Amino acid sequence: MKLVYKNLDKGCGSIKVIPDESEDMWHAYNLICEGDVVTASTIRKVQTESATGSSTSNRVRTTLTIKVENIEYDTQGCMLRLKGRNVVENQYVKMGAYHTIDLELNRAFTLTKPEWDSIALERVDMACDVTQKADVAAIVMQEGIAHICLITSNMTLVRSKIDIAIPRKRKNNPSQHEKGLTKFYEAVYQGILRHVNFEIVKCILIASPAFVKDAFFEYMIQQATKLDQKIILDSRSKFMLVHASSGFKHSLKEVLQDPAVVAKMSDTKAAGEVKRLETFYTMLQCEPARAFYGKKHVQKAVDALAVETLLISDNLFRNQDPIQRKEYVKMHDDVLEAGGDVKVFSSMHVSGEQLAQLTGVAAILRFPMPELEEDSDADDSD
Amino acid sequence: MARHRNVRSMQYDEFDDDFAVGSVNDEPECISPTDAQQWIFDRARGQSSLDSFLSNNEDIQEEDDDEDENESPSKERRDSEHFEFPELNELDKSRLLSCMDEIRNIIGETYSDRRLVAAIMSNDYDFNKALDTLLNGESKPQVHHHPRAKIPDVVEKGIGEMLLEKSQQMKHQKEAVTVTVTPASKNKTSGFEVNSPRTLTPNSSGRNSPQEDENKGNRTKEAIRNARELFEKERGSEKEQLHLVVIGHVDAGKSTMMGHLLFDLGNVPQRLMHKYEQESKKMGKQSFMFAWVLDETGEERNRGITMDCGYQRFETPTKQVTLLDAPGHKDFIPNMICGANQADVAILVVDATRGEFETGFEQGGQTREHALLVRSLGVSQLCVAINKLDNEKWNQDRFNDIMNKLKFFLKHAGFKDSDVHYIPCSGLTGENLVKPSTESELISWYKGPTLLQVVDSFKVPERAIDKPFRMSVSDVFKGVGSSGFCISGRIASGHVCTNDKALICPSKEQGVIKHITIDEFPVQSAFAGDQVSITLTGADPTNVSVGFILCDTHNPVPLATKIKARIIVFNVKSPITIGYPVLLHHHSLVEPATVSKLKAQLHKGTGEIIKKSPRCLTNNSCALIELSFQRVIAIEKYSDLKEMGRIMLRVGGTTIAAGLVTDIINS
Ligand SMILES: Nc1nc2c(ncn2[C@@H]2O[C@H](COP(=O)(O)OP(=O)(O)O)[C@@H](O)[C@H]2O)c(=O)[nH]1
Ligand SMILES: [Mg+2]
Repeated sequence: MKLVYKNLDKGCGSIKVIPDESEDMWHAYNLICEGDVVTASTIRKVQTESATGSSTSNRVRTTLTIKVENIEYDTQGCMLRLKGRNVVENQYVKMGAYHTIDLELNRAFTLTKPEWDSIALERVDMACDVTQKADVAAIVMQEGIAHICLITSNMTLVRSKIDIAIPRKRKNNPSQHEKGLTKFYEAVYQGILRHVNFEIVKCILIASPAFVKDAFFEYMIQQATKLDQKIILDSRSKFMLVHASSGFKHSLKEVLQDPAVVAKMSDTKAAGEVKRLETFYTMLQCEPARAFYGKKHVQKAVDALAVETLLISDNLFRNQDPIQRKEYVKMHDDVLEAGGDVKVFSSMHVSGEQLAQLTGVAAILRFPMPELEEDSDADDSD
Repeated sequence: MARHRNVRSMQYDEFDDDFAVGSVNDEPECISPTDAQQWIFDRARGQSSLDSFLSNNEDIQEEDDDEDENESPSKERRDSEHFEFPELNELDKSRLLSCMDEIRNIIGETYSDRRLVAAIMSNDYDFNKALDTLLNGESKPQVHHHPRAKIPDVVEKGIGEMLLEKSQQMKHQKEAVTVTVTPASKNKTSGFEVNSPRTLTPNSSGRNSPQEDENKGNRTKEAIRNARELFEKERGSEKEQLHLVVIGHVDAGKSTMMGHLLFDLGNVPQRLMHKYEQESKKMGKQSFMFAWVLDETGEERNRGITMDCGYQRFETPTKQVTLLDAPGHKDFIPNMICGANQADVAILVVDATRGEFETGFEQGGQTREHALLVRSLGVSQLCVAINKLDNEKWNQDRFNDIMNKLKFFLKHAGFKDSDVHYIPCSGLTGENLVKPSTESELISWYKGPTLLQVVDSFKVPERAIDKPFRMSVSDVFKGVGSSGFCISGRIASGHVCTNDKALICPSKEQGVIKHITIDEFPVQSAFAGDQVSITLTGADPTNVSVGFILCDTHNPVPLATKIKARIIVFNVKSPITIGYPVLLHHHSLVEPATVSKLKAQLHKGTGEIIKKSPRCLTNNSCALIELSFQRVIAIEKYSDLKEMGRIMLRVGGTTIAAGLVTDIINS
């Protein structure tokens, strides 16, 4: 994301940016709240009446400013759709009329917020930081199942899921098994060709239990050699084979914990988040009175200035309820103020997904607070 | 509740309940939240051992059996589902409904819904043809019902096809099939005279509510008797079937031992063995020649390890044994679980070589995990083969040393001492496998049975033949020269005959069972416990996956998006919390799941609630949790059908918990 200007006065004002890669839509999604005002170039259908009285409908490009009422994000297509009422006079659109803006790559938009809180400002900084650009592709697989994922700094996108039935080895008839395997390898290979941009991607991880990764890699190189697919052969050194316990998406967590993988990744936000969450779990195991999750417990720990590390999922800041959002922002600011560390997890990464399921907020404390453990019953009363 | 209080004194005895029939229990279900409130908080009694957990679980089963005799509302609901409309996808359903409307417009209420549906479906939703069928008074659907049709045949797709098959089939069938259907009746219990040994009505499970009329009660008994009778008729004269899984740490010598055993039994032709010997020699892997009998794929042979379960059959004086050689390597435990799910008994192979036993037995080795897994999956009898004792010069002290270590562990893991046999042997030299050893160093102190004798002495567990038909699909493949496709697996409960309809869940794909083969021999019927291949026609193979359940159309397996389970947590590196992503293993199914609720932490021995909504679950705890899935899965409550109610949870390549399904939620 490119920052065009930042025009803020005491936390209110507007920012103009140009999203230039698909991840920026994710940032925009996290940035824009209901009630914000967005100015962007958009397409509007307008009816024009000719002199003869026949009306024609035309699509015109115009710049509109709407007060956002509804936000939709499509993870697969990285599309952000904003719906709201027009708030600035326009030659085609009446004041107060509804319009839907699809934010587009490489077109600037201006965002005006009544209040820019620390989380929103942090998000702008993060989005505009050019160093966070490295992409990694990861293929986690087991016999018959593969997930082709792209890991950017803030997102893990499953680009393709391959699920092909492979008959088991069978007495006197191993050919069906082998045929099935070949079919599966071929599907994964095609998936890689289709979804991995070898020019951007710095590293391609192939992870599986046992020998699946080796067998697949062998197959891929063989095919590429046979068909003279330069793109694969030239990127050979970018491939890295690692162990994972299964072909399901969550085994990415194991992959991202492999030190050899981390060393090869130029951006380690995803790996860092996995590690943080792991640290939390280890604390929960060893010293349960120093690890808490859930808003109620964590809030108490924050109030007691006990939080050493706060783990918080960004989905909490996308809360539709502005009061709730404020509470989490305050939690975040309070911990920082008290000298604690705050990690905002992307709910688009595997570990962030898990944190989001784990109430979205967790804390490692400086000192044990066993008294919190006592009232756990009241906490999740459902 | 007194029985539970005193768990420690009776923990091992409780295991017999696994197979006990009709035991009575006067307790309430020990896990329901209301009862939970009566329980006292008592952490001090927290004795952690798997045995007490498991023994306690047998109680769940008993209780629920008992309860079912009184009432089971959920069961009733399941039955009645099928008296409405056939299960169709949205499109077909709307086609059906619009067709029905059109026909009704013309002929009014002359025909029952059931007739209409049958006519429409048999004509593939063609309104005109369906109308013709009705008006021409083709009354066949009324008379020639499927012998098992307690429920109208409308559940099927192409009824015409079915009728054809049916009439052909009836010519061959000795038993007269008379089915009278009162077309207008929607009452599921009236108007049926089912008189076929193959009858397996939805009632046959014996799980129905007793307030049903007499008629139904009688039929229930009849159905049970029929399934049993058929079994007696078909199998009475044969040897008992036993499924044996061979487990143990990688390189303990499992495949070699089994290959040698098969060879010694004459199951492997001399010529073939010679070929294996030559070929393995060429590869410089002659020590694996016996393993090649079971490790059949090129990859397995090259690498010298078993990757998927190898199947073989052999006979002992009193038994027909199906042998499953499980992979020992950590990465292949999912395959091992799939194999263990199909087993009645197990052979645990340990490498007696100094250092090797220790490696396999310590943390990280698979000996413990395998033993815990098979026990959790319901295997209670075990033969421990202390292998490679040739490497230890048949030293008795080494044997005893290993035996004592294992005894302690296995007892803790929930095996009764009397159900575990220890034998010294060598898979490579063949010592003490089939024939008593001639090795003087061994016979000087060992007078016990051979491996084969131990296998022969295993007790065959009671099979759930008269429960509804269930089979977990462990393989889908093309059959040779036949239409349709094949699925294989082990029948978990009930029985099945050729030409039966069957439903595959959760995809709800229907098909007809064309052929059944057991060990490549065609059979007319198969029963709980059999390892079968089934050729299915009329179903789309793309809707069938490994892990799906093939079941009785009239009494299908329940579907779930969430389950509640009572679990025992193994040794975990990090504690289990809500949001924890796990892989659920259920028979051949491996499905990603999320721990969505930690309901309560339970006392391992008594099942009492220690803590409600615990923050996390750590090592060796026992708990009631809720699991959520992204897709619907087919699974059953342990109390309804214990064969279908056991689960395993795995994370990052290790088993973190074993459990029993206590509740099924389908939202
Ligand atoms: N000395 C000795 N070696 C054995 C014995 N049984 C198996 N082995 C060797 O152990 C290795 C592993 O055997 P294998 O059957 O593949 O083990 P698995 O992984 O448990 O199936 C092979 O090299 C065998 O030759 C035995 O009884 N004595
Ligand atoms: Mg083996």
